[in-house]
Amino acid sequence: MSGVNLEDVLQALRQQSGGISRRGFLKLTGVAGGGLLLAARMPALAEEGPSLVGSVELNAFVSIAEDGTITIYSATPEMGQGIKTSLPMIVAEEMGASWDDVRVLQTEEVNTEIYGEQWTGGSYTLNREWNIMRRLGASAREMFLAAGAIAMELPRSELKAEDSRVYHIHSDASRSFAELAALAYRQPVPDPDTLVFKGRQEYRIIGTAKSQVDSNQIVTGTADFGIDTRVDGMLYGVYEKCPAVYGRVVSANIDEVKREPGIVDAWIIKGNDNPRELLDGVGIVGTSTWAVFQARNKLVIEWDESSASKDSWTDFKQFAESLEARVGSEVLVSRGDVDAVLKDDRHRIVESFYEFPYVSHLCLEPMNCTAHFKPGVNGAKDHLEVWLPTQMGPRFQAMAKDRYGLEADQVTIHIKRMGGSFGRRTSNEYACEAIELSMRAGRPVKVTWSREDNMKYDFFRAGGFQQIRAALDESGKVAGWEEHAIGVEQDGKQAIGSGFRTGAFPLASFPVVRGSHTLVPKKTLLGPWRAPWSNTHAFVTQGFIHELAVAAGRDHLELLLEMLGEPRWLEEGNIRAMNTGRAADVIRLAAEKAGWGREMPPGSGLGLSFYFCHAAHVAEVAEVSVDTNRKLTLHRVTAAVDVGPIVNMSGALSQVQGAIIDGYSTMVGQKITMENGRIQQTNMDQYPVLRIPAAPAVDVHFIQSDNEPTGLGEPALPPLAPAVANAIYAATGERVRKMPLSELGFTV
Amino acid sequence: MPGVTLDVNGKKHTVDVPQDMPLLWALRDVMGLTGTKFGCGIGQCGACTVHVNGQPMRSCVIPASAVAGQKITTIEGLASNGELHPLQQVWIEQDVAQCGYCQTGQIMSAAALLNRNATPSDADIDAAMSGNYCRCGTYIRIREAIHTAAQRTGAGFYNAAPAAHKAPAADEAAAAEQAEHQV
Ligand code: FES
Ligand code: FES
Repeated sequence: MSGVNLEDVLQALRQQSGGISRRGFLKLTGVAGGGLLLAARMPALAEEGPSLVGSVELNAFVSIAEDGTITIYSATPEMGQGIKTSLPMIVAEEMGASWDDVRVLQTEEVNTEIYGEQWTGGSYTLNREWNIMRRLGASAREMFLAAGAIAMELPRSELKAEDSRVYHIHSDASRSFAELAALAYRQPVPDPDTLVFKGRQEYRIIGTAKSQVDSNQIVTGTADFGIDTRVDGMLYGVYEKCPAVYGRVVSANIDEVKREPGIVDAWIIKGNDNPRELLDGVGIVGTSTWAVFQARNKLVIEWDESSASKDSWTDFKQFAESLEARVGSEVLVSRGDVDAVLKDDRHRIVESFYEFPYVSHLCLEPMNCTAHFKPGVNGAKDHLEVWLPTQMGPRFQAMAKDRYGLEADQVTIHIKRMGGSFGRRTSNEYACEAIELSMRAGRPVKVTWSREDNMKYDFFRAGGFQQIRAALDESGKVAGWEEHAIGVEQDGKQAIGSGFRTGAFPLASFPVVRGSHTLVPKKTLLGPWRAPWSNTHAFVTQGFIHELAVAAGRDHLELLLEMLGEPRWLEEGNIRAMNTGRAADVIRLAAEKAGWGREMPPGSGLGLSFYFCHAAHVAEVAEVSVDTNRKLTLHRVTAAVDVGPIVNMSGALSQVQGAIIDGYSTMVGQKITMENGRIQQTNMDQYPVLRIPAAPAVDVHFIQSDNEPTGLGEPALPPLAPAVANAIYAATGERVRKMPLSELGFTV
Repeated sequence: MPGVTLDVNGKKHTVDVPQDMPLLWALRDVMGLTGTKFGCGIGQCGACTVHVNGQPMRSCVIPASAVAGQKITTIEGLASNGELHPLQQVWIEQDVAQCGYCQTGQIMSAAALLNRNATPSDADIDAAMSGNYCRCGTYIRIREAIHTAAQRTGAGFYNAAPAAHKAPAADEAAAAEQAEHQV
């Protein structure tokens, strides 16, 4: 694809509809995010229509070939969350396609006019695309039905679409989609507002288990990961930045490095002090990744660290532990008279202090990008082509315009499959590094980050601390609740993922609460890490609710349900808000399925937790045992999940299994520290990860409520850590208020 | 730079690489065999696993020159006569992967295990697969898939396997066992 510009790519797409370039567009109305083109196709043609050469396109996402193969485009990036399979399943369902006939292709461009938002994150993509995908499928189905009515001379109302055929419901008459394709193509595109969707009882694809559409490529080593990009004339690049973030380069032994074997060129590059675009550094290009990795070891760079990070984890911890104030400098939520409740002599006050570390994304595929910048000659415009693993295609497009002055038609973006992301691949710096090197080298350059680069220059999950206290009344009920997060300030505000959000339970619902924070400015880069805020806040709050149950001598399950109160939406009219009834349902179900309350052998215990985030209600029960050498075994996690109807049962199950194992891996051994601005863990030998022997069994129970479906990439992670902490208490009587467990002497 | 002759997937390739270049980069950058992945570069993650004379090895820490002339198999050479290896087939059917990045290395480690132990126990799987990290947490399915492949191989699976694989449905029975669709 080297040298292909946007127009060429569009042309290639159009050729699938028989080489016709003039297309009529119909706006898809009434959809959040609006403007998506339901039909990108020819206006109705005269008699003969297109000769069915190759395939015809029924809308921007759906085409059908002569042999019956149905191509559905996936426009949103795939990072292991399964969206490339689940969204086409929705289209195929509404269409009446047989899944066996479907092949899914990633769109080879970012064009939000045609394909919609084209970013993924926040476990939101499925919900955002749900109605759009249903409309795309239903529209294609209506065109097949209209064609079937003509071909079979039967009333439209007596036809149905199923298994890629149009059937007459009163006879044996039927026609395959392939037979009807040319005729379907000539049918008017239905008005989106007239489309009727299938009822849940009619589903044949949604709710079943499908293997990822890329499974075959994955297991044969041919999946299209960015790091595997190979382009004619390509060089390999690295980009060395200051060991402390925001350091600026003064000088470097460039000439020496250029003489290293396999090195083609090297440059000192000035950045714009924006870590999401370009920091100062030294770029090296050469004939292999190994050559540039070796040459960088020879670099001697003088850095100006006057504005670089001086962050120290030790200092942060000392500050937090010595903080006298019980209420933070900024109060974020306050209801009822918390002070009065906390001072009331009849009340028992329970108070704790929790700690959690910075952690790294550790995506197994290192950050990488291949870029080819072609300066315009003879009046032609500059052109940039990138092969980019990113969650955020449109964000890259916007950066290319702002930073490089390149309009959309000057940029070709190949969105590549990501070898994990978890919120990491949402910034543009690894792309900018590749662009800068390509501009200087005059050739395509693939920049690959070493594992050490990935550890040092992550946008970490914020480490932090939290004071938490509550008042128990004489009957053991929680009378008041107070949280004080000691977190990080960045860019003048609460950093992403640091402290808590006020919409979280029980801050959002409890009648007598106060939530505040004290923020400390830190330069260590922070970003979204799988369920930001929730992944630490759940540990604090759900552990503490168990502490309250123990203090009150009450059953944890009973106390948790009591704290939820009456079944209700916490924000009336917002279907993405928490519903205490749905919460109670998942909590009861997880408890029942795990055998809550059963007698446990000595040294073992069950721990319960619940968390709501990303419109998902998830409860988990962990079953652990701890031996006399503090060897911890997590035997089983039982999860109950309400994310509405499940689209791909296999994918949904994968996300819950994966989030639980990820949550456990993080909790057990992972911690990033920094001193004098330098990240102290350099590779996986200093950052232990969970291995197969320690993986628990996971039982998942979905409550497929009638709420709109939503994504599952994140919400099963936050409840894991508190469930395990509470189970350790049940097994040993020892309270865990700090992660990782390895620092408390546990091994797995 | 003297040429190094590598025997990869039954073919001989003479490549000009520095003496110290790890096999991983000779495969990926020089020979274009990108199914073998780079994860850590220090032998910790297993993404780069290949077979050298049938033994699983981390290609990021062996110089290519050290395995000249030895029989190297990468993920690209695991299928034989156009037919996927039983592990690859089960991996597809049971939808093991999430992001998929670790999976070629996982499969290479699992294939070496099955070669020496046709019916591995859970403990055997733990021992053989501990060097392969999965960031996405697919361990549960990896274990199940190895057991399934071992059972099939025992039942003469090599001969009975269908040739074409076009994203078939996941093993629905297995998924249903673990997940109640409607409660
Ligand atoms: S890349 Fe070789 S073990 Fe990680
Ligand atoms: S599937 Fe993503 S690292 Fe294993």
